[in-house]
Amino acid sequence: MIWDSFSAFIDMGGRGAFVWGSYGVTLLLIVVELWALSRRRKDTLRRLLRLQQLDKDDQQQ
Amino acid sequence: MAELGASDAHTASLRTFPVRHPAAVFGRIMLPHAFVSSRFSPMNIFKYSSPQSFYPLAGKLVPWLAGIAAILAVAGLYLSFFVAPTDAQQGEVYRIIFIHVPAAWMSMVIYLAMAFWSAVGLAVGTRLSFYMSQALAPTGALFCFLALWTGALWGRPTWGTYWAWDARMTSQLLLLFLYFGHIALTNAIEDTRRADKAGAIIALVGAINVPIIYFSVKWWNTLHQGSSINMTKSSMATTMLIGMLIMALAAWAYSIAITLVRVRSIILERERRTDWAAAEIRLQGASA
Repeated sequence: MIWDSFSAFIDMGGRGAFVWGSYGVTLLLIVVELWALSRRRKDTLRRLLRLQQLDKDDQQQ
Repeated sequence: MAELGASDAHTASLRTFPVRHPAAVFGRIMLPHAFVSSRFSPMNIFKYSSPQSFYPLAGKLVPWLAGIAAILAVAGLYLSFFVAPTDAQQGEVYRIIFIHVPAAWMSMVIYLAMAFWSAVGLAVGTRLSFYMSQALAPTGALFCFLALWTGALWGRPTWGTYWAWDARMTSQLLLLFLYFGHIALTNAIEDTRRADKAGAIIALVGAINVPIIYFSVKWWNTLHQGSSINMTKSSMATTMLIGMLIMALAAWAYSIAITLVRVRSIILERERRTDWAAAEIRLQGASA
């Protein structure tokens, strides 16, 4: 086992801020991308459905 | 038929073969059944160059790729933190390598993929190629930023600086600006066909920067170290190397999954006037 304790794991030999700063931002950006992607799909579908309905209304008039 | 040389046996035997279009020969590639919708039949890959057939295929692949990405990431992180030993020179901070190198590789590979799709789009005129190129860009930019960010956090404790105008770092920063330029340009131009072409040109011209990034550590002797691995020997411990490669594979699976999800939105947007897309919008839009 590389780590004697959980605090040693967090400390990363005194370089915890750099290591976890790297991994943390990576995780954060992945979460943001996943969130943005699901929002984009929903927004696209809603907007295109509205456009479709507006087109239909135009044709009926 | 006498003038064609029917007496020549060689010519005659050749003529017994039916003449086929190359697409009919090369397009029929056998794939495992899981990927083929109509089972036990050869699949024509050219079929999937149309947005209409690619859209459902992409939808089917996403959960598999996402699952593979998650499993590889868990395995890679386990190796990175619990198996790979402490580095003799750098201590624990070297563990940044497990995201830094895969992110940097991915940022270059994605840009080259964008250039590839752009070239195909310009040469063959397939709309889906441009959609693919545009779907790749945001994820490429994400990995490019992560390569720079993790590089800065690694540089500070090991080199004493977050940033230097070193050849590798500067060309990587240029790559980030190329990604931003591609995204901004394709979104800013109203006429989608012109936007496709403009984006393709940025992708193709900017691709020159990728080999510059890759070879920068050889061509200029500035701050960034040379590559840690090459074909013949590696300066890393085996478990470190395996961990890094697994993380790189996770990044590949993640990128493909994300790109396929994104390209599905782009396909719907751009193909909305076709019957099949209009039907899909009616079906999915109601519950969105």
